Amino acid sequence: MAIVRDIMPQFELFQPATGEDALELLARFGTDAWVLAGGLDSLEWFKDRIKRPRVVVDLSRIEELRGVREINGWLEIGAMTTLTEVVRYPAIRERFAILSEAAESAASPQIRNQGTIGGNVSQDARCWYYRNGWTCYRAGGNICYADTPAGMNREHAIFDADRCVAVNPSDTAPALVAIEAQMVIRNGRETREVMAQDYFIGPGYDITRMTVLGPGDLLTAIRIPATWAGARFYFEKVRDRKVWDFPLVNIASAAVFACDRIDRMRLVVNAVAAHPVRLTQVEDAVRGKPRNETTADMAGRLAVADAQPLRHNGYKVTLVRNLVKRAVRGKEGPWA
Amino acid sequence: MPGEEKFSGQKLVGENYTTPDLRAKLTGTARFTEDFRAEGMLYCKLLLSPMPHARVKRIDAGAALAMPGVMALITADDLPAPADFVTDTGAVIKASKWAERALTMEPLYQGNPILAVAAVDELTAAEAIEKIEIEYEPLPFVIDPLASLRPGGPNARTDGNVWVRPEPRAGKGTEPPPAPEVRQIKWTGNDFAEAGDGRLPMGEAAAQWSYGDIEAGFANAALVLDETLATSNTSHQTLETRSTLAYWQNGKVFIHTGTQSTIQTVPAISRWLGIDADKIVFVSEYTGGGFGSKITGSISLIIPAILSRKTNAPVMMRISREDEYYIGRARPSIHGRMKVGFSREGRILAVDMFVIQDNGPYEENGDAAMAGRVVSLLYQPIAMRWRGIAVLTNTPTRSAQTSPGGLQAVTLMEPVLAKAARKLGIDQVAIRRLNAPEGKASLGAAGADGTRSHTTSAFVKEALDRGAALFDWERRKARGAQRNGAKVRGLGVGMGCFVAGTVGFDGLIIIKPDGGVRFHCGIGNLGTESMCDVHRVGAEALGVPWERCEIVWGNTASHLPWSCVSGGSQTMHAMSRAAFAAALDAKKKLREIAAQTLGGAPDEYEVAGERVFRPGGGPGMSFGEAAGQAVALGGAYDGHEFPADINTLTKASVTALAGQGLLAVARDAFPRDGQTFSYVTSFAEVEVDVETGMYEILDFLAVADAGVVVHPRAFGGQLLGRSMLGIGHAVGQKWVFDQHYGLPLAKRFYHTKPPTMLDVPARMQWDALGIPDPETPVGARGIGEPPTGAACAAVLIALMDAIGDDVFRRAPVTPDVILASLEAGRPIPDGLASDV
Repeated sequence: MAIVRDIMPQFELFQPATGEDALELLARFGTDAWVLAGGLDSLEWFKDRIKRPRVVVDLSRIEELRGVREINGWLEIGAMTTLTEVVRYPAIRERFAILSEAAESAASPQIRNQGTIGGNVSQDARCWYYRNGWTCYRAGGNICYADTPAGMNREHAIFDADRCVAVNPSDTAPALVAIEAQMVIRNGRETREVMAQDYFIGPGYDITRMTVLGPGDLLTAIRIPATWAGARFYFEKVRDRKVWDFPLVNIASAAVFACDRIDRMRLVVNAVAAHPVRLTQVEDAVRGKPRNETTADMAGRLAVADAQPLRHNGYKVTLVRNLVKRAVRGKEGPWA
Repeated sequence: MPGEEKFSGQKLVGENYTTPDLRAKLTGTARFTEDFRAEGMLYCKLLLSPMPHARVKRIDAGAALAMPGVMALITADDLPAPADFVTDTGAVIKASKWAERALTMEPLYQGNPILAVAAVDELTAAEAIEKIEIEYEPLPFVIDPLASLRPGGPNARTDGNVWVRPEPRAGKGTEPPPAPEVRQIKWTGNDFAEAGDGRLPMGEAAAQWSYGDIEAGFANAALVLDETLATSNTSHQTLETRSTLAYWQNGKVFIHTGTQSTIQTVPAISRWLGIDADKIVFVSEYTGGGFGSKITGSISLIIPAILSRKTNAPVMMRISREDEYYIGRARPSIHGRMKVGFSREGRILAVDMFVIQDNGPYEENGDAAMAGRVVSLLYQPIAMRWRGIAVLTNTPTRSAQTSPGGLQAVTLMEPVLAKAARKLGIDQVAIRRLNAPEGKASLGAAGADGTRSHTTSAFVKEALDRGAALFDWERRKARGAQRNGAKVRGLGVGMGCFVAGTVGFDGLIIIKPDGGVRFHCGIGNLGTESMCDVHRVGAEALGVPWERCEIVWGNTASHLPWSCVSGGSQTMHAMSRAAFAAALDAKKKLREIAAQTLGGAPDEYEVAGERVFRPGGGPGMSFGEAAGQAVALGGAYDGHEFPADINTLTKASVTALAGQGLLAVARDAFPRDGQTFSYVTSFAEVEVDVETGMYEILDFLAVADAGVVVHPRAFGGQLLGRSMLGIGHAVGQKWVFDQHYGLPLAKRFYHTKPPTMLDVPARMQWDALGIPDPETPVGARGIGEPPTGAACAAVLIALMDAIGDDVFRRAPVTPDVILASLEAGRPIPDGLASDV
């Protein structure tokens, strides 16, 4: 079959007005259905005629999936809340500035106006082989083109690769893992809550998916506990361009100090594996340590101890090391 | 009138104004190609090659053609045979068997169009294409030019891997130089062995020239540097893709598409489509960018024209972003090795330059050769040798892109200059000032008579001085290397130059019986505003208020004169001369008409205030009256006769317009001594985060030496806009290929990474010397090209200042390159590959 791109195939479009209706449609059509949020990921797949769902369920008319609510000290962000709304919401800025900052670093202003937080955390891998329609492992084939001697893998994984070396490109995902967010997933009449760090999956779990979402599943909201409210946050995204770019690496951390020592800290890096990578070893190692250059150096080195770079992405090892150092040291580091 | 051959006036020239296309662009009423609709219009889609090089063995389109709504399919068999080309001077350029065609049965890169389908809508056309079965015979391919030069390396074409220009035949001085041919050149294992880690190997070149004694230059040098650097392949990425609408009416073809050069696209269509120019109506009122990729539209425009003829219905070919990546053209990367000898004072005594051009699969690009000329001009080496080779690769077709070869020349040379300045303890501005061209500066190789050609003028030293003062270079430098935590600042300066004018085109003005003045304009409206700016010169010379002027452009049915192509920044120079020539013809005719009507001699009359009159209260007549009288007199006055030296297409336009009023038409025959070049000096300050490799351009300044500034706002837009294009080459724009499969990976904007609005430096300023060019009556030259190289260089030099001379061996310089090199303490060895 000859290939032609940039023209969307036909599909049956549903635009339900309630979550119930959406869930019913997902149940009815099963694996034939595709959930459409802001469309920044989906429409590119459709236009390229690589993903061809029979049915598309567009969530944009479901009011209950939008907006931020404060419930018993938790913040609940509807999955269809746009990134711009997340950036601007006062309680998020005040208590979880890390999430505002992460959301604001995503893509470009226009994309943030259209893209949703649910879409941002559920987006597919951006590996250019996979997105160009090459039949790799992730696409159901039996090779990873990026992990061959001539493979172009500057933007690929240095951790936890398992056949596929694609990375999770989300900016909000590491921030949500850092602040122990919970993902609310509904399927039919069932509702389950999954810790953010368990929401994202690696190729070892399922090589064709980036999240735990299966047929019939709908991410409806993200809940953030008060646990890390007002903690010392650090977010940084390294990229080629200042806007409209996925991360080469990003980092999100939340820390609480007792006197000058690190009482507890969560450290998460993304764009280095198929899922955000929580650096639990480093978190353990810095607990109780003073926040200084020595601790930061130790943390940086420990963070990359298990890194396995590919031919073109060795710089990511340096990058993770330096970013972890900075996160531990804080922006107001000793050189300032 | 004596002395009138010199243009003067500052009422319009040098002032900002509202261009006639602005309102339409701002309000969305401007109609680009895709905005047009025609009754019964069909849509076409292209089938693109999935392989980097293959032969199409069999096409089975039965299922596709059987689909309801599918109207026609064309392949290369439906195209006219490549035709010879007759130049303006009557010389015949034979059709090349290696030339690119609109469709092909031997695709030479992934994305090379093989066939096109017309259907009632795009979805049907796309679905039809998916039903077509093609059997391919895969052929050898190559992506990296160095791989093709290796012993036994693959060839991009079945008959060779490089372009070679045969030696001209002795004693045949008047015939055009022989056309280049595809041949095979392989280097030896030794050629490759000699080059150390990261050094460009040098074997047999396909072309070379030299002047002076380079060996003596190197022998006398206090410092000799031998540096390798590679520039990137970069797509043009115009905002408007090359969509085309075509239909036939009564034997004429009507074509709408974006072009850089309206009237000059007519002979291109004529050649590609095999029909006479008088059977072509070409419409291109607005063009969404070209940058060299649409100099005369592009050959793909014949596809809907042929489908339209076949289906007897209008056909719209909308080119998608994916299609545009493939057929939208790109700048060729150049791998360069620069051996440069400096005196203790920093003067360049000798340059030995070797360049490999990644040519793509089709026509030879001029970048490699131009790069040599630019180095010889911009740095004035006392002796120089240039050697080059254009290697064919199975990658999308290249074409000129803003400062073709000029950008690459500067990118290769400026880092060498920066390094030398540091080693010799000389200021970066001072070393450039010492070597910069001045006045009628020499360039290129010596001709057959042993002399070298020269430029019309150069005031680069003045541009460096002005820039250094405005940028406060000395004070910034005195602050020294600043380090704030992980942030390090660096200062950079760069120079750029490029061709900025041609001569010999036609101007056409009608003074109407209502007294209004109409300028007919064959220039393309590609966003530079030169399409209207040049006519400010004509209006100024006639002394007519701009409100009384109308510009007719963008549709050859409106009868346009022969204009230069808007490529290589020729337009402002070439067409301000043509506008001035036509204005002088108008004034001459006004005086003659007045003398014939009112008595006296023509030179007793003056033209001013929309009147022609005898000074001191004598008789006179208004422009409107003179126009009426021109029609009554006929002959040359209203266009029934015209000069012999104007272009054939201008003659056709004049013939069609004759009788509408006073018709002034003239070919620019003003003298010019030298080749016209413009120059820019750029200054940048960057701040690099050495822990992440990210950097920011804090401040940027460009100073132009481009003659008189006709329209400051458009000039500034070009100067800073084209600087951004150059900055894109420094900071991120590139291609990425999987060399094993020969297929591109970076095709979308988020992969190829042109700079966005939000990547523009926070502070960005420009200035112009405004010194008139002495070899053109208006004094104005083009400004589009030279900012590009200068800006790219200024950023690269600033990066070197911040993080060291040996961090990168290729542009763009991205965070991974900076981090990997700083970590390793040396440039990373991937420096030679460009498509990574």
